[in-house]
Amino acid sequence: MSHSQTLPLKRQQGEQPPSDDGSSAIKPSRLKISLPSEDSDKKNANKRLKDVEICVPIVYGTIAFYLGRKASESQSHKWTVYVRGASNEDLSVVVKKVVFQLHPSFNNPTRVVESPPFEISECGWGEFEIAITLFFHSDACEKQLDLYHHLKLYPEDESGPQTTKKPVVVESYNEVVFPEPSEGFVARVQNHPAVVVPRLPVGLNLPSPVPFDPMNDKERGGTKDHPLSQWFLNFSEADELLKLAASRQQVQAHIVKLRRQLNLLEGLPQSKQPSGYECT
Amino acid sequence: MDAKDILGLPKNSFPSSADKKPRPPKESQRKPDGISREVYALTGRMPPLMPSIDASQLKKKHPPHEKITWQWLPFTNSARKDDLHLYHWVRVVNGVPPTGDYSFAKYNKSVDIIKYTDEEYEKHLTDPMWTKEETNELFDLCGRFDLRFVVIADRFPSSRTVEELKDRYYSVSQAILIARAASSGDVATHPLIKEPYNVSQEMERKRALSMVLSQTRQQERKDEEVLVEAKRIAELRMASKVTEQPQLVVASNADAEVTERAVPGETISPSNVQPPSMVVPSATDNASTLASLRMLRVYLRTYALDQMVQASNSSAGLRTIKRVEQTLQDLGVNLKPRVPTKAVCAEHLELRREILTWLNLQKQVQYKEAEGSSFRDGSYGETPGTPKLLRGADQDRTFIPDSMNFGVSSERVGKKDQKRKAHGGPPTSAHKRPRKQKASDL
Repeated sequence: MSHSQTLPLKRQQGEQPPSDDGSSAIKPSRLKISLPSEDSDKKNANKRLKDVEICVPIVYGTIAFYLGRKASESQSHKWTVYVRGASNEDLSVVVKKVVFQLHPSFNNPTRVVESPPFEISECGWGEFEIAITLFFHSDACEKQLDLYHHLKLYPEDESGPQTTKKPVVVESYNEVVFPEPSEGFVARVQNHPAVVVPRLPVGLNLPSPVPFDPMNDKERGGTKDHPLSQWFLNFSEADELLKLAASRQQVQAHIVKLRRQLNLLEGLPQSKQPSGYECT
Repeated sequence: MDAKDILGLPKNSFPSSADKKPRPPKESQRKPDGISREVYALTGRMPPLMPSIDASQLKKKHPPHEKITWQWLPFTNSARKDDLHLYHWVRVVNGVPPTGDYSFAKYNKSVDIIKYTDEEYEKHLTDPMWTKEETNELFDLCGRFDLRFVVIADRFPSSRTVEELKDRYYSVSQAILIARAASSGDVATHPLIKEPYNVSQEMERKRALSMVLSQTRQQERKDEEVLVEAKRIAELRMASKVTEQPQLVVASNADAEVTERAVPGETISPSNVQPPSMVVPSATDNASTLASLRMLRVYLRTYALDQMVQASNSSAGLRTIKRVEQTLQDLGVNLKPRVPTKAVCAEHLELRREILTWLNLQKQVQYKEAEGSSFRDGSYGETPGTPKLLRGADQDRTFIPDSMNFGVSSERVGKKDQKRKAHGGPPTSAHKRPRKQKASDL
């Protein structure tokens, strides 16, 4: 158990207090005398921003190729399961590691990927559900997030023999939302293309982030030049928004009509003339 | 037989068919003595464990040496205070009338009321709220009416509530018991000491009971809603607390802040349920769902959408929810958006809410039309006062679900239209099913 957190102030001047065992030497970084501005930055780094919602759009799924002549009984398909940024940006700015839980019949079914591209490729014959767990950097979130994806090997259209040319692609779009991110996290990712940061509230002073350099290693983690990128699906919200807007208009028109009808009905007197052809 | 072959079972493993025939004749052969066959069958064809009445006793003849006469004789009742002599028929055996008290005297039970002396009153029982006369009167009535306080309260000269009378009676009895007891330990087990009468608690309890009794159906529903909501919030908080356990050390400060901010939000929202309108309950659900989402450190957009959809569905019955989904399909909208961005999810949610509004309006219109037609028929049919806006389950039971057929004009619809035009009037009670909307209506 380290003593650093209970040290009185004067100890911070570099004196090493006696430790219980030699291995738990107090790291100097915790005791260094820090400048006032750095101090306040560190304090603010943990402050939560209530009205800022950080969103990371991701796409996850599988691409499966039939092996054709090279197929065997137990290995008929070669498939890849992956998590990528929705616009193929590098997710490692937010994601620390991804754990893919495969079917127990695989060797080492728990596959951990700690650097981008976050994917696993395997050969097999069966379809099953893959559990994908995202782990984030500590300043983003300490909790993990679970996703589930069903590995599809066989195409919907069962007519004709399987082709080795066209794979079976199933992708799902989703967004990882951090509702009240810490200042430090926002500062770190505010310029990164993989992250959607809304307009920050006025007067918020964040330390300037490292500028995004596409030529740098930041781009390397993206999937823009991924070998499978030609099969990636397009997810455009425009179509869906249009459809939704049109539907809403339709429904609103119906509502207006019914409200008019209701007003008419309510305006009519309740005791109506008994009509001749009514017989009870 | 072949089935058994296929299954590989041995034939005639249980000779059930063979057994069935000898059994029924065997049972009918055994005829019991003393009671008829049908009666015996009622007992389950088993002799009773103990003979309840010895059948032979029933046909007993009088012992010949005894001479029985019936005489009209006077009697007294020890339960009576006066000296009333009445007469009744008495069975006299060999000239000797029966002895003993009137057989019903033993049922004259009464409650033991404590009687205090004046001395005891001065010493232990004086009370600023009660005069000695009143207390005496109270005890007298208690004795007369066996502690039936409702009757006593009625007859009490000054108006006192039942609770006041009870309180006075029990505290006096308690005081006397304690005063007369040799030591406190003796009476400690007496029920009056062990469980003393608590006036305020009693009054509160009765008030609460009467409130529950007089609660209208509307209020019951509101209470249920609030409780369900509170339960949901509590469960959500439990769930998020459980998963947050391992990370509590790091994020503890931030957590405390968040929960503090979230709690006032949650406590405010249930109390907003008071005004009875359609919008407010769904607003409450939304507020609490949003609050619980904000408590999570991270979540998926689809999860958030699911929660909000569930919240807005909570005020609708299962059938209504199905109708909403059917409508979405008919409009060509995915039940779960393919590209769930923030904007798409918001639009999707709004669309669902508008569809709910639309369906509710349809029901209202149906109601109004049914009302109108029932008035015309002169029949005292269902005349709902306020349109039932919520609780789709109730409504769905009384109304035939009307699936919207977009772009499908069925023959029946056409026929109905023609019928209506011929009669030239709004639907009668015979045609309670309203016109199906056609694509041409859009």
